[in-house]
Amino acid sequence: MIMNTEKPSETGKSPLKANGNGHQVLSERPKPMVTSLKTVMTKMTSKPRPAAILPIPTEDPERTARIRDRARTFIMPLVAIFFVGLFWEIYSSGQGVVLPGPIKTITESWKLIAHPWFDNGPNDKGLGWQLLFSLQRVGMGYSLAAVVGVLMGILIGKSAMAFKALDPIFQVLRTIPPLAWLPIALATFNQANPSAVFVIFITAIWPIIINTSVGIMRIPVEYENVAKVYQLRGSRYFFKVMLPSAAPYIFTGLRIAIGMAWLAIVAAEMLTGGVGIGFFIWDSWNSSRLTDIIVSVFYVGMVGLALDRIVAKIASLFGTRGD
Amino acid sequence: MSEAMNDQIAENEAKFVDISGVHKLFGSGKSRYHALAGVDLRIAKGEFVSIIGHSGCGKSTLLNLVAGLNMPTTGSVAVNGKEVSAPGLDRAVVFQSHSLLPWLTVLENVLVAVDSVYPDKDKKFRMEEARKYVDMVHLTAHVNKKPAQLSGGMKQRVGIARAFAADPQVLLLDEPFGALDALTRGSMQDELTTIWEKNRKTVMMITHDVDEAVFLSDRIVLMSNGPAATIAKVVEVPIPRPRTREALLEDSHYLEIRKELLHYLIGTGMHSAAA
Repeated sequence: MIMNTEKPSETGKSPLKANGNGHQVLSERPKPMVTSLKTVMTKMTSKPRPAAILPIPTEDPERTARIRDRARTFIMPLVAIFFVGLFWEIYSSGQGVVLPGPIKTITESWKLIAHPWFDNGPNDKGLGWQLLFSLQRVGMGYSLAAVVGVLMGILIGKSAMAFKALDPIFQVLRTIPPLAWLPIALATFNQANPSAVFVIFITAIWPIIINTSVGIMRIPVEYENVAKVYQLRGSRYFFKVMLPSAAPYIFTGLRIAIGMAWLAIVAAEMLTGGVGIGFFIWDSWNSSRLTDIIVSVFYVGMVGLALDRIVAKIASLFGTRGD
Repeated sequence: MSEAMNDQIAENEAKFVDISGVHKLFGSGKSRYHALAGVDLRIAKGEFVSIIGHSGCGKSTLLNLVAGLNMPTTGSVAVNGKEVSAPGLDRAVVFQSHSLLPWLTVLENVLVAVDSVYPDKDKKFRMEEARKYVDMVHLTAHVNKKPAQLSGGMKQRVGIARAFAADPQVLLLDEPFGALDALTRGSMQDELTTIWEKNRKTVMMITHDVDEAVFLSDRIVLMSNGPAATIAKVVEVPIPRPRTREALLEDSHYLEIRKELLHYLIGTGMHSAAA
């Protein structure tokens, strides 16, 4: 299909022969200083024409441009953070403002920031523990949602009958806000912890089901025909055609789901209590420790970002299509 | 008694692929489309038959019926005396859009067919078998590459290797070189004749390239324009084999057949443009 992106590997081997211009060749290489020498050497040995001997360029304009671009990627966010912090500090230092500024937050909650792993019994643990307990609940609910969601997605993606039967139900259920499930879960399980896990499960499962089923329904006809003609059935069809073909969609669902799961856990824990970042924030509010709340919220954001990036990374390992 | 059996075998071989009275309709109601109307075609064992016609004349529909990817609305399709009811390894297809599985390497794509042919043999045997077919299409150096790393011609060669690896009774080629540039197409046609001369499989090829059809085929089937397309004409190609491109140009039949085909195609083309 993508005939234009074909590589000319059939005819020539090295791109060096193709373009006689030294700069072009060097610009394709990541480490110009080392490889530039090599390129010129191979050029000299393989093509001993005077035109092939080129001077080593002393500076590579594309490389400098790349370094400058990379530096900007790191520096610009720091500049932005500095200004946000500055305006926040200015706002907080105003008359009658309750919100603590960044400097006050860091100094007052320094104990919390510096010692994330302190443990003074069940009601007084460091932020590291709080996050770990929340992550554990998310991990359980999310894993369960991933397994059940992918299986359900395959079912309604493959069977038109199952799709007709279940899709309307899913469409209603997926619009229910996560916390609306909590009372039902509490009534069912009679315990806080499984209820929180259930809320994560029910929040994360919908995007996984829906994206998986779309991925299964969109397996290209060509691959289906290959499977039919060359008799790929059962587990061979599952692993060689269906999963790889639907993988990009499945991982999109998993990535949306991890974000939603992390959004839901804070709210769920505020209501269920126990150790966990959600209840810690609520507890800090009840004891008027505003700076602790700000630090916790910052950590919640960082963990959420990390979760998203981890799933995205796994997706990029499995979810790419070669064609 | 043995004479009767021999007769039976001879009859089967004469109509190895037997398409009789085939109509194919798509859709229903207003969007109903009569694609094929009364197609009768017999292909003998070891024969190379090309089907040529304008785009949309139902050539590919006909091929899909033989492949078992589609069923005729009325009429029947049989291969080696057996009614076609589903796709099978005895009728391997080389698809127009190469249709390699992009997440598998060249070798793994060929293994897909080999594994289905020999589900009971051990891994080593199957690997060797797959390698044999990769060698056949001269891709030995690229066994571990993914399709995205290959050129269009190489991808199609993997498709051909996969089809031969299924060890089919009939090889179905659906415009196999349609997406390739003229030079690659020429060398692929040469390669295909060389492979075909060695094992003489029964081949049904869809094409819209007149030269390709004349160069490769024993018989050329001309289809009329759709809707309700049918076989308009069958042209024999009595050019001796093995054929080479150079010898072809000298052959008196070649120009005659070429002229006949082009005359028909241009004529129907004008007709359909006027209609």
